[in-house]
Amino acid sequence: MSTVKLTVNGKAVSVDVEDRTLLVHLLRENLNLTGTHVGCDTSQCGACVVHVDGRAVKSCTMLAGQAAGSNVTTIEGLAKGDELHPMQAAFRDNHGLQCGYCTPGMIMSAVDIVHRHGGKLDEETVRHELEGNICRCTGYHNIVKAVLDAAGRMKVAQAAE
Amino acid sequence: MGVEGIGARVVRKEDRRFITGQGRYVDDVKMVGMSYAHFIRSPHAHAKVKGIDSTEAMKMPGVIAVLTGQQIVDDKVGNLICGWAITSKDGSPMKMGAWPAMAPETVRFVGQAVAVVIAETKNQAKDAAEAVVVDYEELPAAADIKAAIKPGAPQLHPEAPGNIVYDWHLGDEAAVKDAFSKAANVVTLDLTNNRLVPNAMEPRAAVAHYDQAEEHYTLYTTSQNPHVARLVLSAFYNIAPEHKLRVIAPDVGGGFGSKIYIYPEEMVALWASKKVGRPVKWTGDRSEAFLTDAHGRDHVSKAEMALDKDNKILGLRVKTHANFGAYMSLFSSAVPTYLYATLLSGQYVIPAIYAEVIGVYTNTTPVDAYRGAGRPEASYLIERMMETAARQLKVDPAELRKANFITAFPYQTPVIMAYDIGDFHASIDAAMKAIDYAGFPARKAKAKADGKLRGIGLSCYIEACGIAPSKAVGSLGAGVGLWESAEIRVNPVGTIEVLTGSHSHGQGHETTFCQIIAERLGVPISQVSIVHGDTDKVQFGMGTYGSRSLAVGGTAIVKAMEKVEAKAKKIAAHALEASESDIVIENGEFKVTGTDKSIALPMVALAAYTAHNLPDGMEPGLKETAFYDPTNFTFPAGAYICELEVDPGTGKTSFVNFVAADDFGRLINPMIVEGQVHGGLAQGIGQALLEGAVYDNTGQLVTASFMDYTMPRADDLPSFQLSHTTTLCPGNPLGVKGCGEAGAIGASAAVINAITDAIGNNKLEMPATPDRVWHAIHG
Repeated sequence: MSTVKLTVNGKAVSVDVEDRTLLVHLLRENLNLTGTHVGCDTSQCGACVVHVDGRAVKSCTMLAGQAAGSNVTTIEGLAKGDELHPMQAAFRDNHGLQCGYCTPGMIMSAVDIVHRHGGKLDEETVRHELEGNICRCTGYHNIVKAVLDAAGRMKVAQAAE
Repeated sequence: MGVEGIGARVVRKEDRRFITGQGRYVDDVKMVGMSYAHFIRSPHAHAKVKGIDSTEAMKMPGVIAVLTGQQIVDDKVGNLICGWAITSKDGSPMKMGAWPAMAPETVRFVGQAVAVVIAETKNQAKDAAEAVVVDYEELPAAADIKAAIKPGAPQLHPEAPGNIVYDWHLGDEAAVKDAFSKAANVVTLDLTNNRLVPNAMEPRAAVAHYDQAEEHYTLYTTSQNPHVARLVLSAFYNIAPEHKLRVIAPDVGGGFGSKIYIYPEEMVALWASKKVGRPVKWTGDRSEAFLTDAHGRDHVSKAEMALDKDNKILGLRVKTHANFGAYMSLFSSAVPTYLYATLLSGQYVIPAIYAEVIGVYTNTTPVDAYRGAGRPEASYLIERMMETAARQLKVDPAELRKANFITAFPYQTPVIMAYDIGDFHASIDAAMKAIDYAGFPARKAKAKADGKLRGIGLSCYIEACGIAPSKAVGSLGAGVGLWESAEIRVNPVGTIEVLTGSHSHGQGHETTFCQIIAERLGVPISQVSIVHGDTDKVQFGMGTYGSRSLAVGGTAIVKAMEKVEAKAKKIAAHALEASESDIVIENGEFKVTGTDKSIALPMVALAAYTAHNLPDGMEPGLKETAFYDPTNFTFPAGAYICELEVDPGTGKTSFVNFVAADDFGRLINPMIVEGQVHGGLAQGIGQALLEGAVYDNTGQLVTASFMDYTMPRADDLPSFQLSHTTTLCPGNPLGVKGCGEAGAIGASAAVINAITDAIGNNKLEMPATPDRVWHAIHG
């Protein structure tokens, strides 16, 4: 067992976990942040994507101990209170989700994609970048629309800040 | 249409919880004192279980129990059932091998559970499972249809000689023979419909709790039909009587058919929760999903079509071998029979059809309904036949289809189905216009100049949904009725709860069903809640599959609403001192037509519950229920056209365009309908190009992870161009047909027809990987 100290959604936490514990299990089991999902066991599906120090990470592929001292943001920490993140709003407005299971990871990856590409996103780039997130419901059509829509909204929001 | 009524593109009410991480799936459920289950599964496709030694495992930290198949037999837990009885052509019943929830003696597929470890934590259960020693005596395995039906093949079940489940037929063999004797042309084709793994993104899971004080069980489970689960668990598996069992299917992360069935793991969790006196959680991992979720498709068929000199179809003869896997899953028997052969007429006038279907046991995961269930197999067969016929007869494939379309409705096919309505010319015309079919030859020529092989492929599908009229399916062997129920509660303050037996696991019922209420009463959807997925809340229901929720479940809601409105009008008329026949409902108010007198819904509701001034003899309250049994199937239909390019150097396929023109009857929420089509198309395209479950000859599933089984990714798919043509379904008051499966039913043939058109070789199996396409080009 080890004690892992990290910041999750802006709050400092200290958790005792087995050394083999993965970050996703720390989040789900110890912190009850069940918005981060597990959809596979081979790091393929991306349902578990969170942000670690501002970068998208598959939390099933990182030991909890590796996240010690890091700043972790999960889907629960993305909105500002009642105000949805532009990516969340775009997923809703474009019907970019159906069963909702892949959605948290999809949104966290998408935010990272927009951050990395800034305003230079097109459909082909979004499709290529989403390669690590699997959705079985939507056929990706509306997810791609949502990400492109959100990229515009985030640009506007950034300009306003 | 109001802003939130029928036809409005309302954003979904349920989305907020999903996009903020507040969805509540089964694995999110925690109970005080919860223990964890991990199953010990057979690594062999066929073996005798000689012994299970859990001595060392029981000494390991946190282990509560190791339970085996023999114990489940000793406790008289029932074997898994198949709920649809099929009779072979010789009159004999289908041959069902016994399927205990955990195998006491013989395992028949890789992944079949033999024992379960219950421990304090999931890791402790997994660790202890490693220490359980199972002594297997390996037996030879039959890993596919061909291996299972050859003489001397390993036998799976003593009940089923030759590994044959049934040898069934439908149609008029003599009439078909006669048709072929008169044929000017005969077209034949051998087809394989590849085996698929449904892969809902949420793996199956169960949390089971036995309350000793109340002698009552609760099961949280990833189900598309919690009431059916309760019925089967109590009536057949003998675990708990129905009134002592609550089944809750909360947010469920996709189903596609695979979460219809009541699997061994849910049974064992429930049984074990009493056995160990603790709540038990089991959450499958993806490997377990690959090995134990019911697979889909897996047909091998030979098809022959007879045409006259004017290219009119005279007859169709089909012989199909359907792989059942090692056991008969809950609705498996119906899939390659009544959900398949009954659709072989497609959109065409085919005077004579004869289909034979041979069900085969193999040492593989059980096969059952997967999105479309039998109808994709039928549609793929008939649409590849039409394309093949057109090429052989050297006529345009669109023209050949048009020349044979059914145009007069109702139309009785020779294979049971009576199509109620449709306009197949309208959908093919819409699709051809959308893709600029006339301009294709020029585009093909240009692609050729660029070194690419361009192809175009059509697929005109029809499906039977709204499953199903209970009397009709009962006469065909179904063990259940397929009606739906609804309850409408208008609360004293005028808010409305709609309790439905349909289950939403991505379909957006919480929005669509509210829109039906908004349309009728003129109230905002924020005033309406949809309650589903809990047997303690909802009176009964048959659940969601077969694109039935709106046509059957939605109609039950309408029927209950009619009763609510009738009573509310009486109350309003009494309060307004008007005639009941003069009352109209508008914008949430009950108005006396032609006057300015009105009373708002909340006041009517309040009057119903205060009961101070109700018409003489009226019961208080404003709550009504309805059970709705459909009178016929519904028949969604449409035309899909795929245009693509093949790189002859690599065999790689690239989409140019994919257009879909669907007729789903009336659309309640077009945005949600489009989403359903997108998802279905992705699964149909996935089948055509990417997906295929592959077993080696010893019965090992070699595509048992997302590393090996190619799920469609965002960069594998194009954006889709959708349109709708509309003939209203005459069979239900909403005029709706269902849209959940269409894409998966129609897409695969369009893709393969386009590739075979591009490469000029009709011999191509799914998935059409670059390797297969390259070999089809270059030999």
